[in-house]
Amino acid sequence: MAEHPVIVRLSGVERSFGAVRALAGVDLEVRAGECLGLVGHNGAGKSTLMQILAGTLSPGGGTLVVHGREAGAGYSVLEARRHGIRCVFQELSLCPNLTVAENARILHPTIRGFGWRKTAAALIRGALDEIFPGHGISPFDVVGDLSISRRQMVEIARAFSVTAEPLHLVILDEPTSSLDQVVANQLTDHVRRFVGRGGSVILISHLLGEILETSDRVVVMRDGQVVDGRPAPDFTHASLVAAMGSVAREETARAADAGASARPRGEPAVGLRPSRQRDDRRLVVHPGEIVGLAGLAGHGQTAALLEIFRNAGGGDVRGSVAFVAGDRQTDGVFPLWSVAENVVVSSARRLSRAGVTDPGAEARLAEEWKQKVGIRAGDMADPILSLSGGNQQKVLFARALAAEADIVLMDDPMRGVDIGTKQEVYAIVKAEAEKGRSFVWYTTEFDELKNCDHTYVFRGGAIVDDIPRSDLTEERVLAASFESAEDAA
Amino acid sequence: MTITRDRPEPSPMSSFAARLFSRPWIWSYLAAVAVWFATATFTGGKGSADVLTVALTFSSFFVIVGIGQMFVITSGPGNIDLSIPANIALSGALAMILMDGSNAMIPVGVAAAVGCGLLIGVFNYVLIRLLAIPPIIATLSASFIVQSIAIAYGRGLKIKPPPAFAEFTTGRISGVPILAILAVLLAVAMGFVLHRTLYGRAVTAIGQNQRAAGLAGISVDRTRVATYVLCAGLAGLCGSLLAGFSGGASLNMGEEYLLASIAVVVIGGSSVAGGSSNVPGIWGAALFMYLLVTMLNTFGVGAGIRLVATGLIIITVITLAGGKKTGRG
Amino acid sequence: MSALLSPRMLRAALPPLALLVLLVAIWIQQPRAISYTGFNLMLNLALPIALATIAQLFIITVNDLDLSIGAFVSFCACVGATWLAEAPLLGVATLIACVAVYAGLGALIHLRNLPSIVVTLGMSFVWLGLSVLLLPTPGGSAPEWLVSIVKFRMPLIPFAILMSIVLALVVHLGLMRSALGAVMRGAGGNPQAIARAGWSLLRIKMGMYALAGLFGVLSGLTLVGMTTSGDANIALRYTLLSIAGVILGGGEFVGGRVSPVGAVIGAMVLALAGSLLSFLRISPDWQIGAQGAILILVLALRSLLNRAEARAA
Repeated sequence: MAEHPVIVRLSGVERSFGAVRALAGVDLEVRAGECLGLVGHNGAGKSTLMQILAGTLSPGGGTLVVHGREAGAGYSVLEARRHGIRCVFQELSLCPNLTVAENARILHPTIRGFGWRKTAAALIRGALDEIFPGHGISPFDVVGDLSISRRQMVEIARAFSVTAEPLHLVILDEPTSSLDQVVANQLTDHVRRFVGRGGSVILISHLLGEILETSDRVVVMRDGQVVDGRPAPDFTHASLVAAMGSVAREETARAADAGASARPRGEPAVGLRPSRQRDDRRLVVHPGEIVGLAGLAGHGQTAALLEIFRNAGGGDVRGSVAFVAGDRQTDGVFPLWSVAENVVVSSARRLSRAGVTDPGAEARLAEEWKQKVGIRAGDMADPILSLSGGNQQKVLFARALAAEADIVLMDDPMRGVDIGTKQEVYAIVKAEAEKGRSFVWYTTEFDELKNCDHTYVFRGGAIVDDIPRSDLTEERVLAASFESAEDAA
Repeated sequence: MTITRDRPEPSPMSSFAARLFSRPWIWSYLAAVAVWFATATFTGGKGSADVLTVALTFSSFFVIVGIGQMFVITSGPGNIDLSIPANIALSGALAMILMDGSNAMIPVGVAAAVGCGLLIGVFNYVLIRLLAIPPIIATLSASFIVQSIAIAYGRGLKIKPPPAFAEFTTGRISGVPILAILAVLLAVAMGFVLHRTLYGRAVTAIGQNQRAAGLAGISVDRTRVATYVLCAGLAGLCGSLLAGFSGGASLNMGEEYLLASIAVVVIGGSSVAGGSSNVPGIWGAALFMYLLVTMLNTFGVGAGIRLVATGLIIITVITLAGGKKTGRG
Repeated sequence: MSALLSPRMLRAALPPLALLVLLVAIWIQQPRAISYTGFNLMLNLALPIALATIAQLFIITVNDLDLSIGAFVSFCACVGATWLAEAPLLGVATLIACVAVYAGLGALIHLRNLPSIVVTLGMSFVWLGLSVLLLPTPGGSAPEWLVSIVKFRMPLIPFAILMSIVLALVVHLGLMRSALGAVMRGAGGNPQAIARAGWSLLRIKMGMYALAGLFGVLSGLTLVGMTTSGDANIALRYTLLSIAGVILGGGEFVGGRVSPVGAVIGAMVLALAGSLLSFLRISPDWQIGAQGAILILVLALRSLLNRAEARAA
């Protein structure tokens, strides 16, 4: 393979988001005529790396060499396209109000003038026919009317369609997440054909079987770095899982208190079957228990939390609930309010009389939780946005805990929070659980599961494994999250 | 005119002034005062007290509908009530018909006008929810129907308001218009509702982040329906008072209140993106709007220039305040 | 067959269906109205409304709303009744400047991320003020050539109908069938994707606003050609009518889903509703009420269809 020219070479590429170091010096090269499989657990930095390649993010450090020439600060989506690099993003980038052919035209400015619709239709039909024979999609279907999987097929076909610009490298980020097995196989076949013709593909997938079968070479990322990279035949399903986890951590995981694995008996606080669960497995939470939700991001954990939230007070969820948002900006923070107002918003009703709020009681409550949670704010009247991300997160914790809810739902709240804050919050969660509150804790970080009495692993919107604390290993969580394609079917 | 709420205070020395100037509403008062001074200077101070009295009266109407619109706009991007003019026309006509010139029927008439407004508010929200359409189109189509009813029942209406009601709406207590006192009290009350009640808190919360509000345990639907009903109820009240003030209801008496209601909210320093509002600014902006017209009149400027100036001021204010968030505001 | 009954098809069929129902109702009440002269009378003012509706459609395509179109059409009518006749060069220059102002508004709204509602509400005052300056009292007279174009009497098919068809087809070809039109509609559907594909959202928005300005000018000129004199308040109703027309015609408020053909039909429906009411001997007082009721009815039907679709999915 060494005789093939290098398409892109990254050396020492770094990128940080606030305090979080998403990429800590990545070296990677992609050669013509190879399919590179890229795997890694949540937050390993895969998506960030791909966004840098596609030109939607600029690297914070290191060099990016495309076709032998260093790409400077001007590297953009357009520049990437000019170099023949295309990316199928995880979130769809089609216009739902346009037809399939019109969406193809959006990407190809050269399709214009009289008869452009025929040209665009022929182009996208050709690509669809080649990749997904029997696809059943007309170029004149409106994208918004298509099912999710067909939309994804259009998106992929569009990325492989060629007009004036050359096409060298296609990045596929979880391309088969909503495709069925037959169609997914059609795609991997096409990837092999494309690679055979001298093109290159970077394939990101949580289906390890797919990765091993399709790729020539597999690269494993962890904590923003490339930790392993070998020809695909040198890996097995098990060795890939092992490479994604870290040995050192596993030992600490086993060392974590091995006792207390028997679940409490009696009436559970939550006994909910996720709506996409096919069997009758239930998400069970007992009073005083800390239950972890694990698995790859976007596999139904947040949906399960929201289901619990919506069903509060019903038969499946006994008791009041409070929600701790992970995505602070969209789900949590009220940006125009002070720290105190943000803390007390869920408790205001309890402290009010005849609909009138009690500022004195609210101030005392806010101050109390400032102390308990250790919010580092000069004045609780300061605007919430003047706090650091970690402290904003503590405010959201304080909000949920101050609300005196029986069940606290946590939607991966520790994303981008520094380690000191994390330790403080773990201690609070533990202390509150001992007082009889239940916690349902979705987390993308394996280490946090060690704080949980019981862990449910989610894949494809359903529970695929439940693990008592005594049996918790990173390997088992990874193995359940990354099932090989055959098992998933 | 930008919102400078989160600016740190410089030093204790100027802390009072700093706090004052960090209030978004202060600018509307400064502008109102500046315009008044300009008018007074031009006329050599003659009648400038009268100008102020008249301004207080007319501003009262702006304030009453403006507060309602402010609550609606505060409840988030895309929320707006376009049915205010039609609402005023219908409620005003209804009040006049019921009162029929008799002093005894004044309370009934006013209550009916407010009730009519409340019903329109409920209708608005039913359309928004059931048809799942943006508030702007829901309140627009509602206003078509309301306007028609107002035309059908109010055409050629020559009923004069009862003498006591006319006196009340045009009267003064030691020189200050009764209406202005009423509107100030209303503003104080609504300020209390906004800052000290669960409802007010809920409105500002959903206006900042509807999803987060729902997840924090706030009932989004209940808050929104209350807001549309409140706004429409105030418009109904304004309709009856306006009819009393102008010696009877007329079909187009609500016309200028659509833009006015939005303008006082924007100029008063509330955020069009929702979630941040202030009641004092409504008064400042209402006075400013009226005094500006008076000033231009005094300068002998025609109606055309006046309109152009009003429009340009609104655009300037909104451009300076800047757009935040996205979505149709 | 199933494709014909798909919710999309049914939704698209709503506007023509509403028009048909209206025409049948008119025919039952007053068979003579369904004739050459009848249509000429009934659709007298439909064309300027249709043009204003198309102007609004361009704005709605990019997820904005123009609350000043009525005042703008009035202003253009005033220009048509004054400068265009007295000083043609000045008149033409003014109208071209108007289109440029619209493009500028598009740029301002995009660059500062302003709510279009407030900006255009402010602009409605500006246009109204300018109209009053230009024509303090109703009057003026439209240039001869304009009147003769607009009042052109065609054999067989009423001019208003023919021009509406032409209008619908031209805009349909330009916005729905052209390569550039696809990009412009895409900017309403998924602006991020359009920007990512390398198109300038600023230029798209300016273009759409300029087109709205252009069709607003055409609406004003057609209107003044028919009425022959101007008035600052002549078309204030058009703001609401144009929005209603676009929505009636199957347009959505967000997401770039619009239909020029539907919008023209929607404008026709709103224009004809008045005639039906008068045939039914219902007081003209209820005319706008009926327009509102039609709008609500169609929206209710559409929301039912959407729900059926959501349930089927």
